[in-house]
Amino acid sequence: MDEASIARRGLSPRLWLAGGWLLLALLAAIFAPLVAPQDPLAQDLMLERLPPFWLDGAEPGYWLGTDSLGRDLLSRLIFGGRIAFIVAFAAATSACLLGSALGLIAGYVGGWADRIISRIVDVWMAFPPVLFAILLVAVLGTGLSSVILAIAIIDWTRFCRVIRAEAMSQARMDYVESARIAGYGRIGIMLREVLPNVLPSVVALLSLEMGIAVIVEAILSFVNLSISTDDPTWGSIIAEGRLSIHQAWWVLVFPLITLILTVLSFSQFGEALKARFDPVLR
Amino acid sequence: MLLQRFLVRLLTMLVTLFGVAIVVFVVIRVAPGDPIAMMLPPGASDDDIARLRALYGLDKGIVQQFFIWLGGVLHGNFGASISLRQDVLGLVFNRLPATLELATVALLMAIALGTSAAILGARSRGTAVETGIDIVSGATLSIPDFLWGLVLILLFGVLVPVFDISGRVSPQLDLPFVTQFYLVESILRLRFDLTWDLLKHMLMPAVALALPLAAIIAQLLKQSLKEVLDLDYVVLARVKGFSETQVVLREALKNAALPTLTLVGVQFTFLIGGTVIVERLFSYEGLGNMAIDAVVNRDLPLIQGIVLVFALLFVLINLAVDMMYALLNPRLRHG
Repeated sequence: MDEASIARRGLSPRLWLAGGWLLLALLAAIFAPLVAPQDPLAQDLMLERLPPFWLDGAEPGYWLGTDSLGRDLLSRLIFGGRIAFIVAFAAATSACLLGSALGLIAGYVGGWADRIISRIVDVWMAFPPVLFAILLVAVLGTGLSSVILAIAIIDWTRFCRVIRAEAMSQARMDYVESARIAGYGRIGIMLREVLPNVLPSVVALLSLEMGIAVIVEAILSFVNLSISTDDPTWGSIIAEGRLSIHQAWWVLVFPLITLILTVLSFSQFGEALKARFDPVLR
Repeated sequence: MLLQRFLVRLLTMLVTLFGVAIVVFVVIRVAPGDPIAMMLPPGASDDDIARLRALYGLDKGIVQQFFIWLGGVLHGNFGASISLRQDVLGLVFNRLPATLELATVALLMAIALGTSAAILGARSRGTAVETGIDIVSGATLSIPDFLWGLVLILLFGVLVPVFDISGRVSPQLDLPFVTQFYLVESILRLRFDLTWDLLKHMLMPAVALALPLAAIIAQLLKQSLKEVLDLDYVVLARVKGFSETQVVLREALKNAALPTLTLVGVQFTFLIGGTVIVERLFSYEGLGNMAIDAVVNRDLPLIQGIVLVFALLFVLINLAVDMMYALLNPRLRHG
């Protein structure tokens, strides 16, 4: 593929939409206190179950309506984005660091190290991931750091498997052999030669993992095991929406749309990065 | 050769299960919070706590506890549930059939849907139809079962309420079943009214589980079909006057299916893992729903039992797929 078509692929409308949505959601989350029209925690029983702005009975200032306690839905979504993005970045990065390190060791060092790490991956793959996450958070105690830690503990295998395979094929390449002859040590070769070559796969996986982390956080919130129940999260809003689905459908619809757009955007981003860096496709 | 491969896999499987048992045991024991204290009413004396602790074997060292528990498991004794005060194995077997039926229906739906989309895509390769299938399957694949479940609840539970979105069967029905395999038994007893009621409850969670897998099958099988369709023998069939659909169905599918088959096996374990939250979403009374309750209630013996059964299911599926692949792949069969 020539340079022009790579550029075209990189600038596809899908990528623009995905990047645009993520940027918008991220900025809204960062500047939540400035952007949110209402206090996300303020309850007002006079304002309960207001519909979104285009329906009869809507109140100005409550664009997406309110939930059964009269809390503004848009403001709760914006503040919930903070948790979602913190979990996405922190959990995905931790899982990536742990998995890539073990994957590099297994793939490049091989032998006993590989056998032990691969066995551990096998064991991890035999756990239903959602149940594992729920179990870990129940054990670690609810809270932001527990959620992040649980996701990292569960999902490092995704990175480990891919990086192990990459590192194995890289380790057989000529340039690694030349580096060895040139007198570089194992760790030196691993960090200076092999790591940069597996980096593109890592970056693509990282984007996918961020989407997965957002979902896992939402699932944990949904079963009431994420962070404290006071702070709005996308999952806890969905849980409320599921309960009041026949009285106020918007409480479920808007967080659902938000989650779907976010997850799709992360995966599109990852796919585009993979296509951009994958030597086979290039 | 095949037997040797089987034995090696079987051994690896046992090692994996032993690892799962250790991990789950350690994770649960390091948990802060005392399950015994939670069982007793407030104001129970220290003596009562100590007695109950001894009853559940929690007063011994962790290594000793592990081997006592493992010894019991090997004899089919998974202990008693703390929150439900019943035998763990009985509870698990009571719920497992519901989950197996749901997962199997979802798998069949995913295969039917994915294969149809793949055949349609391969048949109309290079046209707008193929592009459409690519885009739809790409998006379907990226949205996990949890979100599909919510979308389906909105669409078919609220907007057009045609399906049931809660439970396994209508509670007012009189059930004549002796096993927990309701769906299978309703068909065997020719009670199609019950079959219909069960399916109406099962359809939405099954579709939620099936959609991502169907998308994966559609993508991979279409790719393999397109590769096979350019091979000589397929071209020959076309020259002989077979229609394109006949060519795809009779010649190409058989040879393109092998890579997809392996993938479906691995993905089936992911589908079963997805039942945990999807069952919760649809209040479906399966193993996953019970697992979440067990975690919330800190019911250690029940959690251990459920996780082990899930793990056993996963490694058995992987073993079966691996053997099937070895049987079907001529290179391995005669290797």
